Formats: sequence, structure tokens, C-alpha cells
Amino acid sequence: MQWESVIGLEVHLQLATKSKIFSGSATTFGAEPNTQASAVDLAMPGMLPVLNEQAVRFAVMFGLGIGAEIGRRSVFDRKNYFYPDLPKGYQISQFQDPIVGRGEFEIQMADGNNRVIGITRAHLEEDAGKSLHEDFHGQTGIDLNRAGTPLLEIVTEPDIRTAEEAVTYLKELHTLVTYLGISDGNMAEGSMRCDVNISLRPVGSDKLGTRAEIKNVNSFRFVEKAIRYEFNRQADILEDGGTVVQETRLYDAERDETRSMRSKEVANDYRYFPEPDLLPVVIDENYIEALREQLPELPGEKRDRFVQQYKLSAYDAGVLSASRAMADYYEAVASSCGDAKMAANWVQGELMGRLNRHEIKIENCPVPPESLSGLIVRILDNSISGKIGKQVFEAMWLGEGSADDVIDTKGLKQVSDSGELESMVDEVIAASGAQVQQYLAADEARRKKLLGFFVGQIMKLSRGQANPQMVNKLLAEKLI
Amino acid sequence: MHTKTVAQLAKGLQQKDFSSVELTQCFLERIDTLGASYNAFITVDHESALASAAAADEQLRAGSSDPLTGIPVAHKDIFCTAGIRTSCGSRMLDNFVPPYDATVIQRFGAAGAVMLGKTNMDEFAMGSSNENSYYGEVKNPWDLSLVPGGSSGGSAAAVAAMLAPAATGTDTGGSIRQPAAFCGITGLKPTYGRVSRLGMVAFASSLDQAGPLGHSAEDCAIMLGTMAGHDKLDSTSSEVPGQDYTAGLEESLAGLRIGLPTEFFGDGLDPATAQAVDAALKELEKLGASLVEVSLPHSKLTIPTYYIIAPAEASTNLSRYDGVRYGHRCADPKDLNDLYTRTREEGFGDEVKRRILVGTYALSAGYYDAYYKKAQQVRRLIKQDYLDCFDKVDIIAGPTTPGPAFALGAKTNDPLAMYLEDVYTLAANLAGLPGMSVPAGFVAGKPVGFQLIGQHFGEARLLNVAHRYQQVTNWHLQSPPMPEGR
Repeated sequence: MQWESVIGLEVHLQLATKSKIFSGSATTFGAEPNTQASAVDLAMPGMLPVLNEQAVRFAVMFGLGIGAEIGRRSVFDRKNYFYPDLPKGYQISQFQDPIVGRGEFEIQMADGNNRVIGITRAHLEEDAGKSLHEDFHGQTGIDLNRAGTPLLEIVTEPDIRTAEEAVTYLKELHTLVTYLGISDGNMAEGSMRCDVNISLRPVGSDKLGTRAEIKNVNSFRFVEKAIRYEFNRQADILEDGGTVVQETRLYDAERDETRSMRSKEVANDYRYFPEPDLLPVVIDENYIEALREQLPELPGEKRDRFVQQYKLSAYDAGVLSASRAMADYYEAVASSCGDAKMAANWVQGELMGRLNRHEIKIENCPVPPESLSGLIVRILDNSISGKIGKQVFEAMWLGEGSADDVIDTKGLKQVSDSGELESMVDEVIAASGAQVQQYLAADEARRKKLLGFFVGQIMKLSRGQANPQMVNKLLAEKLI
Repeated sequence: MHTKTVAQLAKGLQQKDFSSVELTQCFLERIDTLGASYNAFITVDHESALASAAAADEQLRAGSSDPLTGIPVAHKDIFCTAGIRTSCGSRMLDNFVPPYDATVIQRFGAAGAVMLGKTNMDEFAMGSSNENSYYGEVKNPWDLSLVPGGSSGGSAAAVAAMLAPAATGTDTGGSIRQPAAFCGITGLKPTYGRVSRLGMVAFASSLDQAGPLGHSAEDCAIMLGTMAGHDKLDSTSSEVPGQDYTAGLEESLAGLRIGLPTEFFGDGLDPATAQAVDAALKELEKLGASLVEVSLPHSKLTIPTYYIIAPAEASTNLSRYDGVRYGHRCADPKDLNDLYTRTREEGFGDEVKRRILVGTYALSAGYYDAYYKKAQQVRRLIKQDYLDCFDKVDIIAGPTTPGPAFALGAKTNDPLAMYLEDVYTLAANLAGLPGMSVPAGFVAGKPVGFQLIGQHFGEARLLNVAHRYQQVTNWHLQSPPMPEGR
């Protein structure tokens, strides 16, 4: 049978607030254990949560970013369970009335087609701490630095059908939240953690199968692999006439497999009820409008504008707007050099190539946009050829100054002096008697090919600095 | 000195009739010699009390005019005190020394008040007799065979026995008013949100409220002035600013309309107690108030409603006592489950466990709608009953308790009989209204009180009514006999 997967994703997004969601402790990653845990985070007796307004602001910005309904009166609830890294014995979350309601998120697949993924809801909650099982001689250590870090849990409808769609959704979500500046999106530090709900059904069916939930998959690649593994696992079961068990599974990246975890706890009763220590969050129209006005240009909007304004292909526009920093870089180059197309070629080609090779982020690029723009200007005014341009770029990458500095010190300026060029052309023609005979005997089509030989010789003689248009013109005049 | 009210002591300190150190010494000596008879204190720290008193004397010399500067006060052991054990009457927190002060403690400290010690209480404030304390029962100073009421029994007994001129308490369903009534003193539960809950060990978050216990309404007014006010670290604390509650104490009661709910004077009210309450109401009438019969139709639902909501909130508030970070931890746990189970089995007493179980049940999937959600709906109806009454009257009055203090041990095996003790006090907590108990006389030598319930943030009016009443009566000035042989 042909199977189709039905996938819904829950992303736990760490919000980029300076302090925790219910206490004043810092949220910096990687601090010594328990140095960022206050009496509130430790759930000392009598301590009370105070809502961090910045977390609310970020959540509303996300809601506006996907055109979702904003909960005008959202309520925090207690989710009760015992675990050593959950200090209060309950997590403050949102259950009935989340801050962000239904919305839609449009993604663009590699083939250029768009897909709309329904967003069920997004709610605010606090993160738990960490249990450390190593280095404690059979005991468990508890680090509460992460406890109380604000999370936005973003839940999709079961609208995703393939691993590619899941990954595209996650990548574009990542782009959106970093554009909005509400999360640093640092996957390695756990800023974006994903739970995958997946079930299978025969292609053409509209009934949902039994799903498995794969917890805490922490990279795009692992999401893709986990979905593929799970698809095969469930398909095998179904093909053999078995039934999929509804359970929570864990993806093991080292073995590239998912396996069952805590099946005993399936019947967990979290005893949700409204958190009496916090008031409902009431959000009015003015608050929403003020945030809407401050909202930056969103990735989709920017992509469309790039297509319109710079006449780029949808693909190029997508690549160049993949991050706010990249888009800003590109726009700086395009506007100051005056040739958007050429700017796009250079940024996507030479620049991104090197950034990727050296694993450098655009934010830390050694070539500032002014320098790249200066280089393109010199190509445009024929001071150098495109080929020499690459040499100049290399030097700029190594920190040897601006394009003009490099061109000057290395003497790379294009030779456009007709006298000088003419003597070079004469020298080459004189030294290439056989080729001249061939050329003169050839037809029009073959002549074009042979001309390349002469141009090449002259370029060699000029160390690449001869103005190619002028060389062509001179050769055409002389080879008669 | 020990027989004086806070207002009188403040005058004495201001006039340099005595120093705070002398005053503090006097009460510490009384605690040392008489304290064991009542078991009113869990922790007394002489050194820190005397050091605070010396500092207060400095402040007085420097011209402090705050009426609480230099006044010794006893704090219920539910308020966290930096560096001083805060047990909440529980074995679970027997070893717990907080690194911070509750906002209430901070405010008393900032006013220059001297903390004498931490008073005994029902474990985690759950109880109406102060028999549920890990540190043993508190005895009623009027008769050592009687309960002092609870859960702020230690605070009420300490004030009644004049081991402290005044004390703080907390009231979740009557825990200030009922012991005040049983011990013949004055106690006020403010409007929910009037006093910060930060650093106050939580029992039921939507009901808990701290308030003063003292000899007089005036003393309660002085203390409330210090306790009340917004705290940005307690999201449920009101932004309505605090005020000088002594300012309106003398106002006339002419024209005051007092509502008497028929439901408060029916079956279940001890006739002798009813007489004492009636007599008090007559006094108020003489002072110019008019008595109006009103009805609170949902009154009979207050006990079931309260005993769903309070245990539900308590069951999760007490989840943090897991033996992981502080407090009691069982010896040699063999695994995580064993750590949780034995720590909580050993650390909590029976009544606490009972309420955790009831609350967990009420919140469970499949029961939530029938219990917790329904209780919240009824709670709104109960509140609305009161708001409707306040269209017709200014305050509501009635008994504080169904009768006077009962014998120690009389109800310990019957939780339901114990819960009925709170029948008149619970509604003020469910509705978030201020309530007050004022001494109304004696029934067979046992003190009884009458209760005043005011509108939200109407504490000043309650204190005014109580004060005027105390100007024409002397029930609040009666002292219990001293223990035999002292």
C-alpha cells in the first residue's frame, strides 16, 4: 500500500528576553550551574511569579508575524507533575486560553510551490531545569539555570505531509523568529526544540492514524531523519497488519532510530487549573497596534520586495532574504553600487561561497558591504575585469584594504590605453602565424572560436589586465 | 507595661517613659516564664530581638515618629524571616532557614518594629484549633483545657496572654478571626490583595491574606497601615495605595447601615453566643447605626465550595516540598519515588495529607468540571450575594464562630465537625472581602466575638465601627487569669 504521513510539529522556542519569564534571573546560556537561579526559580516557600512583559510582547509579535488571533485575555495555568528539575512541582503554562490563537504560515518549497501550514496556537510557558546524571557518583545533580526561561510553544495543525515540508517549515519559522528578533534561534543551545507528531494513513484516505510523538528533536537534519525513520517503522507495522501504539518516542541521533520512552506515563494527569498567583493577561487594541507598527519587514514581504525592486528571481530573492543580516548586507551593496543584479551575483557567489567554506556568519564577514560595493563599481567602470575582481575580492577577504587600495598596490588596473593594447595585439599576431592563417581561412562560426585563442594570449601578456572589449575590437580590425 | 495597647506603648516610647530594649526585655521575660504554659511560640530569638530593640531606640532618639518604632511584635511562623527558622508548623520545614524576609516582615522591620519571635500555628495554616502543629497544640489563655482556635492560634494566644502586645496572622478561611474570637482579642483579615503575600508560605493562593491581631481596633489600624500597600513582586497585590487607618477611627456611626444576614443567625449558632452578638449589635445601634435584615442565599454552599478550592490550590502549592532542594528529606532514599513518598509521608501531618488528597482528587481529569470548576462558579455566586447586600447596607455583621472555644481534643477525630467551625468566616475569603472579629463578651467565662464584614478595601470603615464600639465597651480590655503558680 502507498502510505502518506500526517505530521504536526510543536516547537519550543526560547524567547530572547534578558531575564526569566517569572523572575529577574538572567537567561544567559552556559553559566555555572545554579548561578542563575533565584529564590523564585528554586521555588522557595512564599515566592511568587511576576510575569516578564517582554515575553508577552515577543509572543504577540509572533502572533502578528503569522497573522494569528491574539488572545485578548490569556490565562496561565499550572501543569502539575513531579520531577526533580521542576522545582515547584508544576510548570506554569497556558492551557485553555493561549496568548496566540489560530494563524497560518506560508512556506515556499524548493520547487517554488507554496504550502500553507495551519498554526493551531502558541502559548507562553516556563522551561524546566536540567538533571545532570554524570559526575555525581550515582546521584543526580540539578541545575536550575534554565528553569523559568521563557518558551513560546508553537503548535501546528497536522498539515505537514513530508520530511521536506517539516524541515522547510522549521527553517522558515527560524527565519521569521530571528527576523522578529524574538529569539536567537540558536539550535545548538536549545533555543528551538521540536516535538514531532506523526501518523500514517493510506494515500487518499482522510482519516487520521494513530500517532507517535517524537520528543526533543534538536536540529533540522534530525527532524528529517527522525521522520524518515518513523515513517518506515510505522509503515512496516501497518504493512504487517499491526497497529501503531500511541506513545512518546525519543530520537537517538547516534543510532538514527526512534525508540519508545516512558510508556508507563501515557496516562499522565497534569491536573491543569488556572494559576492563582498570576492575573489573566489582558491585551487591548492599542497594545497590539503599537506592536504592529514596530514590526520589522517580514521575510516573505522582503522576498517579494526584492523580486519587485531589484528584479531578482524568486529563488535569488529567497536566498538573499534568508536572514535579516544577509538581506541588510545585500541591500547595502546593491544600493551603493547601483547594480542590484551584479550585487546579487557577487553576494550569492563569491561572498556566500567563502562564508560557507569558512563557516563564518554574515554578521562576522571580514569584507564590509562598502568594500564589495567598491569592487563592483570598479568592474562596472571597466577599471578591472570580473576575473581580476575575484583576485581583488580575495585580497579584501584577507584584510588588504578596499578594492581601490588592492587595485593600486597590486597594479591590477585594466589596460585600456589603445596604444599599449595595440602593440600587445600586434605582438601576439606576429608570434602566431599559423593561427592567423587558420583564422583567415575559417568561416564565420569557426572564427569566433579561434578569436578566443588570441584574446587568451593577450590576456596572458597583460596578466589579465587588458580591457577585453577593446582587445576584441582591435583584433577584429587587425585580423582581416 | 505588658497590659498596654500598642497605641499606649507607642506613646510611652515617644515620651521616653521606657525604652524599646526595656519593653522588649519585659515581653521576652514573660515568654520565658509563662510561654511554656501556652506553647504559643515556635521560635524566640532573644539576641536578634534585643538588637532590633536597641536599633529602634536609636531611631526613636533620632526622632522616628512611626507608631511601630520600638514596638515588639510576634509574627506567625508562616512569614519567612531571613536567618530565622520558618517552619510553618510543619516537620517539613523544621530545618528551613529562609535567606529572605517576607514583605510583611520587611515592612514591620522598616517601621522599626521589633520581632519577638515566631508563633505556633496549624501546619501550613490548615486547621481551626491549632492542634495540627508539629510543635504541639497551643492552649487557650482563658482556659488551658481549651483550644485557642486556628490556624493563627499561637498569635492569638500570645496577644491574649500578653506575651506580645500585638501579632501578625494569616487568614485563608477564618484563621485570624476565629482564634481572635476564641482568645478575646481583635483580629482583622484585610481585603484579598491588600497585603502582599510575598514570602508568606502559601496555603491557598486565591484566599490567603495576612492581617493583624491586637488588643484593640486601634492597634489593628496601626499595624494595617504598615502592612498594607502594593508589592510589585506579588501580582495579586492591589495597586490601591495603603492609607493611615487610624485617621477615621473616631468617625460617627450615625446613618451607618449594618446588614444582618438571616443565614448567620439560624440553626447551628450557640444561643448564648447569639445573645452576646445581639448585645454587641444593640451597642452599635445606640451609636447611631441602623440594623437591616439581609440575605445571603448561597451561604449554605460556602463550606463545600471552600473545601474544594482551598485544598485544590493547597495540593499544588505543597508540591514543592519534595525533599530535593530544602526542608525535610527522608534518610537514604533508594530511588526518586522513594525520596518523594517517604519525604512527604514523614514531613506532612494528617490534616495536610488529607487536604492534598482532597485537592488532588478535585483537580483530576474527569472530576475537574464537577468539583473545581463548579466550586469556582459557586464562588462567584457567593461573592455576588455580598455585592448585592452592599447595595443596601454599608457593612455586614454577625457571629465570628458558632460558639466559644471548645476543649482540646474534642474535634480532632472529626474533620467535618472541625470544618463547620469556619461556617461564618469562609465567605469573606471566597469573596475577597475584609472581615474582622471584635470581642463581644463571654459565654461561661469563654470569650466570644462578633464579626464585621466590609466592602472591598473598606478596612477603614470596619476599624472605625470596631473602634467606636470599643470606646463604649470593655470586653477587649479583659485579661485572662495567669497560669497557676505564676
